[in-house]
Amino acid sequence: MTFEAPKAPAEQITYANLLFYGSWGAIAILMITFFLYVTGVFESYIPINEVSQYWSMPVGQYVREANIPIGWGWATLLGNGDFLNFIGIVLLAGMTIVCFLVILPYYVKQKDIAFVVLVILEVLVLCLGASGLLGTGGH
Amino acid sequence: MLRHGCRALTVKAVFLFLWLVSSPAWATAEASAIEGSQRPWWFWPIILFFFCFALGILAVLAGVGGGVLYVPLVSGFFPFHLDFVRGTGLLVALAGALAAGPGLLKRNFANLRLALPVALIASSCAIVGALLGLALPTNIIQIALGATIIFIALLITFSKNVERPVVEKQDGIGGALKMAGAYLEPSTGEIIEWKTHRTLPGLLLFIVIGVMAGMFGLGAGWANVPVLNLLMGAPLKLSVGTSKFLLSITDTSAAWIYLNQGCVIPLMAVPSIVGLMLGSFVGVRILAVAKPKVIRYIVIVVLLFAGGKALMKGLGI
Repeated sequence: MTFEAPKAPAEQITYANLLFYGSWGAIAILMITFFLYVTGVFESYIPINEVSQYWSMPVGQYVREANIPIGWGWATLLGNGDFLNFIGIVLLAGMTIVCFLVILPYYVKQKDIAFVVLVILEVLVLCLGASGLLGTGGH
Repeated sequence: MLRHGCRALTVKAVFLFLWLVSSPAWATAEASAIEGSQRPWWFWPIILFFFCFALGILAVLAGVGGGVLYVPLVSGFFPFHLDFVRGTGLLVALAGALAAGPGLLKRNFANLRLALPVALIASSCAIVGALLGLALPTNIIQIALGATIIFIALLITFSKNVERPVVEKQDGIGGALKMAGAYLEPSTGEIIEWKTHRTLPGLLLFIVIGVMAGMFGLGAGWANVPVLNLLMGAPLKLSVGTSKFLLSITDTSAAWIYLNQGCVIPLMAVPSIVGLMLGSFVGVRILAVAKPKVIRYIVIVVLLFAGGKALMKGLGI
């Protein structure tokens, strides 16, 4: 005897759909921008044949020597092939925040106070992480 | 026949990998890269891509996340500094979790009500872990990483997850958060109803899991599953699915910290992410004919090897 599969709650389906399109879109963008980077369509901030000089350094030294902006400073360098890749990476890292904001009204409508608070707190935590306000500058 | 051939091929590939990374030629290549070799810029990214492709296959067959293999192996055998490996490790785990999440959520194999309270704790603590990891000296992190990887190998060896734990009565916190639900088990056609117990100790353990995920850049599936399954009483399938989805939230918060500190170099991050994801797709197909138990033992050996290498690197041996 088989049974019909229990339906996932509406907010879970919305979250899943948004995550599906968002993350695959981000990965597609990442592959396109990487292709543009390695083919030299856009000039790189760090010349591509010099990158290997930096990747074995601690991040603090890399930031100083290559003059890499920390926090959201990369956004000012999007015209460069290497930093162009950050669009896809940031979309990947930002999808969860978008998904939580979209499902928040479902819990408000259900008057589920505990989950309204949990979703708001989660968005605040993720935004705090994304803000660039936290950090020691690396060792 | 096909099954036997596939297993033999996988075993040979793993031993080839172990032989390769412990060979003097690999050590010379790694050392020359650190000293700023004359190799073309594409050399290490291409090696990394194929390495991550193989890792993706192995991870799926062994039922572990990509991050737990990626960080110790890439930091141990590639010329990249641990800071960049951890930043990329989180992105690798994040990309895998984001890709798997929608299917798991739609089929109720991952549950938002179970994941959200746990995720809030784990993601907050992952930020703390990431900040700690970037502030502590590299050799300390390397030693702690080595010890953790060896612990994970032992955990995989000895932990006996339970298919369907018996939960007599839901506890107060689990009840208040409505941590309960049902899903269809496709292999039997049964509806599996579940609820949690021992929710508070479970939530508290996610403090430790979050800190470790952020500090070492590991996806934390190896720890999520036993806590959700053995402690909180969630069925194994739901624990595995929710754990995978959970990584998309936990790793996001820590990934932002590494990203904002400059720990992401596209030339190593993109081949890693794409290689591991493609490897995972191939791994899912091989899974149908492979013998996961054998692969699992191979992964345990690889983890012990990688953990030992990280320990020695941290101790300067």
